[in-house]
Amino acid sequence: MALLEVRNLQTHFRTPEGINRAVDGVSFHVDEGETLAIVGESGCGKSVTAMSLMRLIPEPPGKIAGSVRFQDKDLLQLSEQEMRAIRGNDISMIFQEPMTSLNPVLTVGRQIGETLQIHQGFDKQAAEARAIEMLVMVGIPEPARRVREYPHQLSGGMRQRVMIAISLACSPKLLIADEPTTALDVTIQAQILKLMLDLKRRVGAAVILITHDLGVVAEIAERVMVMYAGRKVEEAPVVELFRSPRHPYTQGLLGAVPKLGSSLTGAARRLAEIPGQVPSLKERIEGCAFAGRCALATDLCREVAPGLEEKGPRHIAACHYAPKQATAA
Amino acid sequence: MSAPPLLQVNDLKKHFPVRGGLFSRKAKWVYAVDGVSFEVERGETLSLVGESGCGKSTVGRAILRLFDITAGQVVLDGQRIDDLSPAKLRGMRRRVQAVFQDPFSSLNPRMRVRDILAEPIRNFGLAKSSAELAAKVAALMDTVRLPRDALSRRPHEFSGGQRQRICIARALAAEPELIICDEAVSALDVSVKAQIVNLLQDLQAEFGLALLFISHDLAIVEHMTHRVAVMYLGKIVEMASRQQIFTAPKHPYTKALLSAVPVPEPGAARTAMILKGDVPSPTDPPGGCRFHTRCPFVFDRCRTEEPKLRSAATGQWAACHLEELPEAPGSAH
Repeated sequence: MALLEVRNLQTHFRTPEGINRAVDGVSFHVDEGETLAIVGESGCGKSVTAMSLMRLIPEPPGKIAGSVRFQDKDLLQLSEQEMRAIRGNDISMIFQEPMTSLNPVLTVGRQIGETLQIHQGFDKQAAEARAIEMLVMVGIPEPARRVREYPHQLSGGMRQRVMIAISLACSPKLLIADEPTTALDVTIQAQILKLMLDLKRRVGAAVILITHDLGVVAEIAERVMVMYAGRKVEEAPVVELFRSPRHPYTQGLLGAVPKLGSSLTGAARRLAEIPGQVPSLKERIEGCAFAGRCALATDLCREVAPGLEEKGPRHIAACHYAPKQATAA
Repeated sequence: MSAPPLLQVNDLKKHFPVRGGLFSRKAKWVYAVDGVSFEVERGETLSLVGESGCGKSTVGRAILRLFDITAGQVVLDGQRIDDLSPAKLRGMRRRVQAVFQDPFSSLNPRMRVRDILAEPIRNFGLAKSSAELAAKVAALMDTVRLPRDALSRRPHEFSGGQRQRICIARALAAEPELIICDEAVSALDVSVKAQIVNLLQDLQAEFGLALLFISHDLAIVEHMTHRVAVMYLGKIVEMASRQQIFTAPKHPYTKALLSAVPVPEPGAARTAMILKGDVPSPTDPPGGCRFHTRCPFVFDRCRTEEPKLRSAATGQWAACHLEELPEAPGSAH
């Protein structure tokens, strides 16, 4: 059985200009110990999806509908108090910017220990001892000294390690990582990605990785879900998705990313462009959200939103014209 | 004698003072750029790459003379421009233009696109009549592929990618020979980034522009550059042609940097060379080779003696003491 089962999630925001359909009917699941990547460009609703799972969307102006089943409970039906027992304990989250998500006036040790004291009934000494263990686990040198330091005394990479330590302190079942390496330099990103992979294996947590970086996806995801304008447009195991993307948007996205080394082998020098812009989410989109930018679009696409259809083994895409069989790769 | 290169930077240094603690008078120095030399030929793209704090943006700003430099020379077309008087500097400013990372903060929100584009043309006296001015402004919109009827709109009405097109059009308005692109595509989404990269390449072919492309995104750099200079803590550690940097990097830092880039290809065989630790602070750079604290090949000499850039192959220089510069790990990719 799936660890997390999301059905028809809709997160809408009321704005002065009308209702913004940030997430517009998204369903997916995450199995135990699995890594699911949610990819898409800014404004596609990937972060709002994550925030909705954790019920971190202020209501109003937000409004979450649908169901989020996690271990036989519907998270959207729980009281705020029940929800707090889950956050940081069964499900935890890492954000993009470690400087703004750590508390600047508390020591690193306090912040790691806090979750343990709240959720697992550790006393102060035990929490600090465990905090030091966690710092060792995430590879911070001199943990006994660092545990008493404040976030500003650490570098960006170290802060993100601390965030990871906090999120894994209670051995969560599910870790949601929202752009965890986007703010980091590449050599530091490589360190953090390796750390996340190692720890995931040790702790056995499932991971939802939210990113716009297809390189990071290829590196650590097992299954990928592509979002566009608040909707899920394609989902497949990672190798399948990169080898034979079916949705025109996914194809465009993959074509637009230069691959290191590709231009040296005499391959095409021009990047594939996706013409046009992402549509506004403030007006209801009747047909396919991608129709305005799609080369294959017909009147059918503009009028009827395509449903998610099976296009291959464990491979679904929402397109009227995507072929069922893999096109020659 | 052949013509001088379009841009020559000789031993450029820029140190910024920082005050110490709250009551401390003792100023420390950030050695942001500490002796950098390179040339850019006409119509060429040179990319400056490196991680945050390596000084790549400071180099760009020093060339634009957004501040005075600490030491060294900036030579444009055979003429020193780092010590020009403000009046004489104006002519130079026309020839070197810039496109910055954030198109939200680099456009004046109160100005219409028409005025944004007309300003440099007027300032540098590039149009003789108002009819010519209007024609030039309209032509710029065509060049960057924006509709002409957008001229009377203001920046907030455009998306990020469109705004970056306006920034590019504004840079082109002065009819420059060199454009400094400081992380010009880094803030854009993947699909829009591809549009802007293609546009820059087209413009270079059309106008013979030289580009100084400052970026941390190695895949984009590989896609569009002619030559690359890799910076680390205020110094160039390696400089070479695109082909050489990406197929046969010599400096250990260049290798680490390349191997750290995630490849959008699941299961791609790669032997990542993961560096230990963080970049040291530029207020207190390590002695000897600045990379020695993180280098996997470090030996005694690196800790005491600073390596000079030396020729590793034709057109390729690296600053490293290693006798035989090591082969690239997993040079397959």
